[in-house]
Amino acid sequence: MSATALELPASYLTEENTIGSWLLTRDHKRIAMMFFCSITFFFFIGGIAATLIRLHLLSPAGAFLQPETYNRLFTMHGIVMVWFFLIPSIPATLGNFLLPLMIGARDLAFPRLNLFSWYLFNTSGLLAVYFLFVGGVDTGWTFYTPYSTLFSNGHVIAAAVAVFINGFSTIATALNFVVTTHKLRAPGMTWFRLPLFVWAIYATSIIMLLATPVLAMTLALIALERLMGIGVFDPQLGGDPLLFQHMFWFYSHPAVYIMVLPAMGVVSEIITCFARRPVFGYRGMCYALITIAVIGFFVWGHHMFTSGISLLSAVVFSMMTFIVAVPSAIKVFNWTVTLHNARIQFDAPMLYALGFIGLFTLGGLTGLVLGTLSSDVHLQDTYFVVAHFHFIMVGGTVSAYFGGLHYWWSKITGRHYPEIWGRFAAILMFVGFNLTFLPQFILGYLGMPRRYYTYSTDLQTWNVLSSAGASILAVAYLLPLFYLTWSLIWGRKADDNPWHATGLEWLTASPPPAHNFLRTPRVTEGPYRYDPRDGSYVSQDGVFHA
Amino acid sequence: MDQWVPFWPTNAALSASIVDTINIGEFALIGLILLFVTGMTLVFCVRYRRGSPAPRQPLGSSSWRLEIAWTAATLAAFFVLFVFGANAYLFLYRPPPRTDLEVYIVGKQWMWKVQHPGGQREIDALHVPVDRTVRVVLASEDVIHSFFIPSFRLKHDVVPGQFETFWFRPTRTGEYKLECSEFCGVQHAHMIGTVTVMSAADYARWLSDQGVAESLSQQGAALFRSYGCSGCHDPHATVHAPLLTGLYGRVVQLQDGRAVRADERYIRDCILTPLNQIVAGYPPVMPSFAGQMSEEDLIRIVAYIKSLSAGSSS
Repeated sequence: MSATALELPASYLTEENTIGSWLLTRDHKRIAMMFFCSITFFFFIGGIAATLIRLHLLSPAGAFLQPETYNRLFTMHGIVMVWFFLIPSIPATLGNFLLPLMIGARDLAFPRLNLFSWYLFNTSGLLAVYFLFVGGVDTGWTFYTPYSTLFSNGHVIAAAVAVFINGFSTIATALNFVVTTHKLRAPGMTWFRLPLFVWAIYATSIIMLLATPVLAMTLALIALERLMGIGVFDPQLGGDPLLFQHMFWFYSHPAVYIMVLPAMGVVSEIITCFARRPVFGYRGMCYALITIAVIGFFVWGHHMFTSGISLLSAVVFSMMTFIVAVPSAIKVFNWTVTLHNARIQFDAPMLYALGFIGLFTLGGLTGLVLGTLSSDVHLQDTYFVVAHFHFIMVGGTVSAYFGGLHYWWSKITGRHYPEIWGRFAAILMFVGFNLTFLPQFILGYLGMPRRYYTYSTDLQTWNVLSSAGASILAVAYLLPLFYLTWSLIWGRKADDNPWHATGLEWLTASPPPAHNFLRTPRVTEGPYRYDPRDGSYVSQDGVFHA
Repeated sequence: MDQWVPFWPTNAALSASIVDTINIGEFALIGLILLFVTGMTLVFCVRYRRGSPAPRQPLGSSSWRLEIAWTAATLAAFFVLFVFGANAYLFLYRPPPRTDLEVYIVGKQWMWKVQHPGGQREIDALHVPVDRTVRVVLASEDVIHSFFIPSFRLKHDVVPGQFETFWFRPTRTGEYKLECSEFCGVQHAHMIGTVTVMSAADYARWLSDQGVAESLSQQGAALFRSYGCSGCHDPHATVHAPLLTGLYGRVVQLQDGRAVRADERYIRDCILTPLNQIVAGYPPVMPSFAGQMSEEDLIRIVAYIKSLSAGSSS
């Protein structure tokens, strides 16, 4: 072989460097980076809203915001964080980047659709920024009728259109992932050799495809009722306000699993790699993901236990809620037992993953409390609910997102992040998070309703603690922005497989060339063939590494 | 105000005892599970850290026994929680075993308007006697509200377009927070009030101190005439319309074959959407009063119609 044949092609980052080569790229890795920039922007918009809310709640009478402003801020926070950060977070960035690499493909099945999805996302994002600056919306991210259709003075239609368009971005990406997973797996990559991250992204995509259209219908009906007075939800016109809640939660409960299943996938990759042993119960983990995705469609009524739905349906929804918690519990047990007989390294990704297990477990367990019918009668619409879902979405999903970002950072950028800073941020995030949201469980049990811009003086201590935690959390989220950016230029260069991990994504260069692999890998092994006794591993192409 | 930082809300009703009992058990259980998971994680993290001399057994490939065991265990534990919760919920949300007193509450942006059977009215305040079962009829003038008394561990949403009913039985005198827990607009945080639980004697004194001449059903009787209801539903009327005497609580046969119990919700629906429930044997001639009556007037008329049934509490 001549020397030139050994020369590696340029990486996807350096291959072409015009603005146009980025904006018109069909490379899934570049699109993932562009999604990363977009959602980081929205993460900080939503974060600023959260910071202002927590600052305002330092004082029982409210520190500095007008009620109208406060209501618009928590609505903004919800809409931006749910649709413009959490739902695209792991799938559109890490999923987009890694799915083809993990299954040994050159790209996603529909590269142009992938780019189109990014443009749809940004169109909806621009609309969101627009209605933010012209005055915002005050309905809460839930858009409950008849408030949203008849009473709200905010820009409900602009918000609905933004979320509507955003939904099509989700659908396009999900469709792409499903087809890619079915059609583009490398030779030998059977379904039960897929890394759990791929299973998680696949299950998530199925939910996105089935649930998001219902959201689109619901938002369209809201716009029609608000614009033309068609009586779908308005009782004055013969409509039913609860019909809206049924339709909204039929999407929005599965949306919680859209947010958390990818996080479970990320954590499974990290824990096996840093525990240096196969995941405990691989097939059980796959079945659990699919079970959650399916049963997740039959629990939406648990958001409506106090709304006057029939008692029988409430009982059935409660039972389904307990059933959907079982596969989540199995996953937690399996991750924990994966640490048994292991050889554990505590690098930053592992710290995030361990934090995820603790926070997700408490979030899930408090979800059981809310799924218990009699308890929900007291806790529904209080801060207990706020704390519960933040444990899942922030403690769970955001921790895993940051864990994944650190884990694959060297693959994505070709540079190492500074390890000390990574660990420090991970620990700070865990501490700040708990200080922010543990007091909110107590506030909720004491009966503080959500979406109040004032509260009674006896609740101030817990609110101040929560706000103090939020300021720590804000610092912890800003840190990676700085040191990860720093590492792009000054970070130590990474080799192909710095974590000695088994997946196909580690077989190619860091950062990978435009078409991912020089030759398509042949898969002979399942994922996670790590050996805890000596730290050796067998990568998925069957090569043993000491 | 409590000098200590509050940790647990006061318990002032039967419902609070029920909900607390289940919650304490549930918190204990989830505390154990959390302790188990984090404890196991910490022990493994220390014992199997890289560089520790702990022996690593060769990994067995069979994990399904363990997985089936804990799947079954979690299912069983969850089922117990579910049954206790559902059982208590049905008790709390079904009609009470017996009713001592009824109050009618209308939620509107941003206040709670309370009407007592004796005709007494209050805003953002509710006075009730201790150790009596109070049945509440809820209505909303505008958006969805939620009637929430933390010390009773009880809430119920108030959805516009229908009556909602629920009940409570206070067990401790005192003043407790009343809150709206469903976001309802700019002043949502100020849709708050006070529930005052009083001894029977204090309550009777409070009722008489309000200086009210007409009871709720008497006010309803006047409206019944002024809206023209009596023109058809009066025993002496010439129009063939159902008599309302003894209607409340009875099972009514409808034209379409359904049989419904005539509760507040039914009576309200008959006034607002009469053509949806034509009584068997009567012509569909009643006009709709939708949009013409306020929720409070509806409540008065319903109270009057209820008073036409012997043995009704109002």
